[in-house]
Amino acid sequence: MFAMSYKIQRYVILISFLTLPLLLLAVFSFYPAIYLAWLSFTSWDGYSPEKAWVGISNYKEIFTNADIFKVLSHNFVYFIGGIVQNIVALFFAVLLNSRLRGRNAFRVLLFLPYIMNSVAIAYMFTYVYDAQNGSLNALLTSVGLQSWIKSWLGDAAIVNYSLAFISAWKFMGFNMVIYLGALQSIPGDLYEAAKIDGAGPFKSFLYITWPSIIKIVELSMLLTVSGALEVFDLPFVMTKGGPAGSSQTFVTQTVETAFNFSNYGLASAMGMVLLFIVVLVIFVQRKLILRGGD
Amino acid sequence: MSLETSLKKRAGTVTARPVSPSRAIAAALKYAVLLAAVFVILFPPYVVVLNAFKGNEEYAKSGVFDFPHSFANLDNFSTVFHRGDMLNAFMNTGTILGLSVLGNVLMGTMVAFALGRFNFKLKSWILGAYVAATLIPSVTTQVATFGIIKELGLFNSLYGPVLLYIGTDVVQIYLYLQFIRHIPYDLDENAMIEGASLFRIYRSIIFPLLAPATATAVILKSISIYNDMYIPYLYMPSQKLRVVSTGLMNFVGVNSAQWNVVCAALLIILIPTTILYLVMQRFIFSGIVNGSVK
Repeated sequence: MFAMSYKIQRYVILISFLTLPLLLLAVFSFYPAIYLAWLSFTSWDGYSPEKAWVGISNYKEIFTNADIFKVLSHNFVYFIGGIVQNIVALFFAVLLNSRLRGRNAFRVLLFLPYIMNSVAIAYMFTYVYDAQNGSLNALLTSVGLQSWIKSWLGDAAIVNYSLAFISAWKFMGFNMVIYLGALQSIPGDLYEAAKIDGAGPFKSFLYITWPSIIKIVELSMLLTVSGALEVFDLPFVMTKGGPAGSSQTFVTQTVETAFNFSNYGLASAMGMVLLFIVVLVIFVQRKLILRGGD
Repeated sequence: MSLETSLKKRAGTVTARPVSPSRAIAAALKYAVLLAAVFVILFPPYVVVLNAFKGNEEYAKSGVFDFPHSFANLDNFSTVFHRGDMLNAFMNTGTILGLSVLGNVLMGTMVAFALGRFNFKLKSWILGAYVAATLIPSVTTQVATFGIIKELGLFNSLYGPVLLYIGTDVVQIYLYLQFIRHIPYDLDENAMIEGASLFRIYRSIIFPLLAPATATAVILKSISIYNDMYIPYLYMPSQKLRVVSTGLMNFVGVNSAQWNVVCAALLIILIPTTILYLVMQRFIFSGIVNGSVK
């Protein structure tokens, strides 16, 4: 009798506990992806009820209009910044994993930017980079490096590097904490044994640390690549893509196409292209991870 | 800059290990690099703190690195609250945050209970669906999500973002699934022998024992919602529905000439999460490490 009632209860629990979450997952994760695919073949303007089918003309425009793909070179700068950020993060993780007084205080401080409001960060750095009143130029002046003074956000040649630095500034601590967690899961006697065998710190890093954290490094690289492809808020808040479009990213351009120019069809096609690139990157990475695991 | 020093430092430890005076030099180098990093991290907020307490005239006359006459001068802060309608923004953020986090915790624990405690045919499909959902970058599908929210009549409503935050975030489900594995199944069995219903087991055993995971999920989710700009910007353009991020954007847009007042606004936005972070750091770090290092 008990077994029977638990069997029924099981069904009740499964249905009542899973229906709503799965419905939300379907409506807000999968349906938008499908809807996006469909919109990308229309010329919808965002408000009118009819969405005229235009076939692949949106995609044709994307692949023939060089400007749309040119912004990916701006995203590439964030990718470079992300690589540097990962190297620095790993370095500090190794440093903080050693016996060191005050290591928790350093961890807390270096992680701090990650919890800050992204809009506030954007304006904070607008103030740092400001050509006239900015603190960075003031700092350079006070240490006698006047020749380094620049219009950090106004110069088309460096604006993306200035913005990519903020992104690295914000996320370095996050990567560091992840690396630190991975390092701390390596058993300490491995290092003891290596030391007895006469391995120096560099060799221990190469033969013990690196193999143990390679999976985490790959995961971080994945986040770095997809993060760089999806950069939005920094250029959107700080430069509006300027000067003269030199800090547009793929997503700011997509958002502009949809919400400013009411060209939802084309924007959807751009979203699909980005989706495809991200999934492709993940797929390639998974393949590499699997191959590495064998 | 710090990378260069860091490489030098690494070379330093390699050669320095056996001899003790050079070990002291290595330790000094470690601290020098760490302090340099702390300087880079704290420089932007430090300048914001210095200038948030300066009056208009005082700001115009002083250099960016000068201390304010008095840290008790809170005029800028009251200006921000009056002119920026910040109280309303904090109320809106609070409402969205409270409802979303509540929904997330309930749904996360329910899904974890259903998937973590029972075996059934569709289980692997559902787990697969959750993995697949994390691969779809929501930034790209927003154009389509926008259409869905409009059709549901949730455009310019606090419930649109709430639904999106609950429905599209699947990370806390992983956190709960991992955590529930460590709750011994014996507890469930004992309760069943005593005749407890499955819902009772969820409510009185599983839910309370998931509390540490809940604490982590609540903190991380709160920070990410508080800091998000994209969703409120797209779905709640109405002036009454401004949240802290969009309120800050609007405030700076109008007052961008007065950096001292902007600095006060930045501090008002940054202080709540910073305090939460400093008090709750343990949960944040453990959540991030558990979420990525399996």
